Amino acid sequence: MERTAVRGRLNWLVAEVVDLIDETGTVKSIVLDCPDWPLHLPGQHVDIRLTAEDGYQAQRSYSIANPPAGEKVVVTVELVDDGEVSPYLIGELAVGDQIELRGPIGGYFVWTPEHGGPVQLVAGGSGLVPLMAMIRALAESDRRVPVRLLTSARSRETLIYGDELRRLQSSLDNLEVAYTLTRAQPADWQGYSRRVDQQMLAETSWPATERPLGFVCGPTGFVETVAANLVALGHDAARIKTERFGPSGG
Amino acid sequence: MTDMHLDGNALGALFIDLFGQEMTDQNGCCDACGAVNPFGRAVVYRDAPGDVMRCPDCGAVLIVAVRTETRLRVSIQSLRWIEVLE
Amino acid sequence: MAIISRGFKGRRQEDAPRDRVPPGQYVTNDFPVLSAGPTPLISLDKWSLSLTSETGQTTSWTWDEFSALPTEAITVDIHCVTKWTKLDTSWEGVSVDTLLDGVQTSSGFLLVESYDGYTTNLPLADATNGKAWVTHIYDGEPLRPEHGGPARLLVPRLYLWKSAKWVRGLRLSSADQRGFWEGYGYHNYGDPWKEQRYAGD
Ligand SMILES: Cc1cc2nc3c(=O)[nH]c(=O)nc-3n(C[C@H](O)[C@H](O)[C@H](O)COP(=O)(O)OP(=O)(O)OC[C@H]3O[C@@H](n4cnc5c(N)ncnc54)[C@H](O)[C@@H]3O)c2cc1C
Ligand SMILES: [Zn+2]
Repeated sequence: MERTAVRGRLNWLVAEVVDLIDETGTVKSIVLDCPDWPLHLPGQHVDIRLTAEDGYQAQRSYSIANPPAGEKVVVTVELVDDGEVSPYLIGELAVGDQIELRGPIGGYFVWTPEHGGPVQLVAGGSGLVPLMAMIRALAESDRRVPVRLLTSARSRETLIYGDELRRLQSSLDNLEVAYTLTRAQPADWQGYSRRVDQQMLAETSWPATERPLGFVCGPTGFVETVAANLVALGHDAARIKTERFGPSGG
Repeated sequence: MTDMHLDGNALGALFIDLFGQEMTDQNGCCDACGAVNPFGRAVVYRDAPGDVMRCPDCGAVLIVAVRTETRLRVSIQSLRWIEVLE
Repeated sequence: MAIISRGFKGRRQEDAPRDRVPPGQYVTNDFPVLSAGPTPLISLDKWSLSLTSETGQTTSWTWDEFSALPTEAITVDIHCVTKWTKLDTSWEGVSVDTLLDGVQTSSGFLLVESYDGYTTNLPLADATNGKAWVTHIYDGEPLRPEHGGPARLLVPRLYLWKSAKWVRGLRLSSADQRGFWEGYGYHNYGDPWKEQRYAGD
């Protein structure tokens, strides 16, 4: 896609929290209304900045969860125990509060239906957030690009966007979703019950001969393993884009 | 694995501040090994005192950025060339 | 103008013991891993530590030789420039005084090199007389690679970036020479009690 250069620095914008959605016990989506927000692309992120009374500041990156929609920006934040920023976003932030953010950021780990496919998405934990923006954009598009998602969570309780994925999966015949729960599975569980490995990827993802575009996102260790396994399965490393969120088990 | 790096994407905002445009989908050539990669593929270490961006192929240090209270100091290291949008 | 995030305090603590915790630091119970590159994995049979004098004379120790040197147990507070302080960390290691035993030197500086290419510099006076060690044991266990194992320098009186992980060589020098972070704008000395974070502080 052609893009013209937008020059200049990224300014901090002030957004208002208009809704808070509990995704799981430890994950919340924050719906922001951000005046002057430029349209974003699925896969992009924002930097969020918090400022204490005495001027102390902390900032972190969060992927945008919603497809482009005017001045609305949704982020989905997972609680990191002992974290500095995520416990505040999940536990303190209230509807009506103002928060600073800048973005949208990223031009590499992005996908829109116009980029075509087939597409292979692999998510670990909250790594599903930017991939969900891609899936939501797919659902809104009339381009029927074939997309497969393999998503890994610790347990059903920590699987984000579960209901929405099930709905989209049954309404879109170009979307296939496979799940794995790594720690605890409900009695009637139909999906996988282990960490993502090469065999699981071989069973659930596009064969390398289809030359899919790959997007892998999640904790650093997860991304590392999945990307290495996809390359071992014959995928072209240059077609597998990764976004590492940082430490943690996943 | 104990190695906790991120991808070039994580420095997206820094690149915009430096180059005035989105850079993660622009290419850079490593001066140490000659590999050409989009910035988004670079290997980034952010927990260190500063941000360190390395070549994904050979590990050479490409960019180091140190933020003081008032300034951003950036050292461009092993980059033979970079591309930007005109 | 930044807007204030109602109720946000950050990680700083009002109740930190100020005689133990330097200004701008917070106390952590974890041991955060900081790295500027991949963690080198060095097998003990390939490992060696060298000490080079200003005339170029080199003494080196294999792992077995190093392990045979007398060690000291050290319990100290460590301060990282990224603002965490960890109290009462316990280490075992060989004092730099022991490594320098019998070496005549008029050098003023110690230049430190690591297996990953990292470098740092400090006045020799801050590494001698019981102020610095090459440590290989943390909390009673062999020092793990992500924290600098097989062995790292430990100079608790300075910010932790001076305590080079994966140390390979110590060089005595009459001229000071900035190391990795010092060269990119961090303070050349790095006293946590004076908050010497950046050059000019
Ligand atoms: C490009 C990008 C996009 C991201 N998108 C999202 C997103 O959509 N949703 C989301 O929840 N997070 C996302 N993250 C991670 C996020 O930026 C923060 O790292 C995370 O929220 C932890 O911040 P904190 O201040 O709570 O923890 P910190 O105070 O930074 O860290 C506290 C402790 O937790 C560890 N830690 C740090 N980061 C993580 C992590 N990601 N997982 C587990 N442990 C960690 C640290 O090593 C430390 O020991 C993204 C990161 C990047 C680089
Ligand atoms: Zn290279």
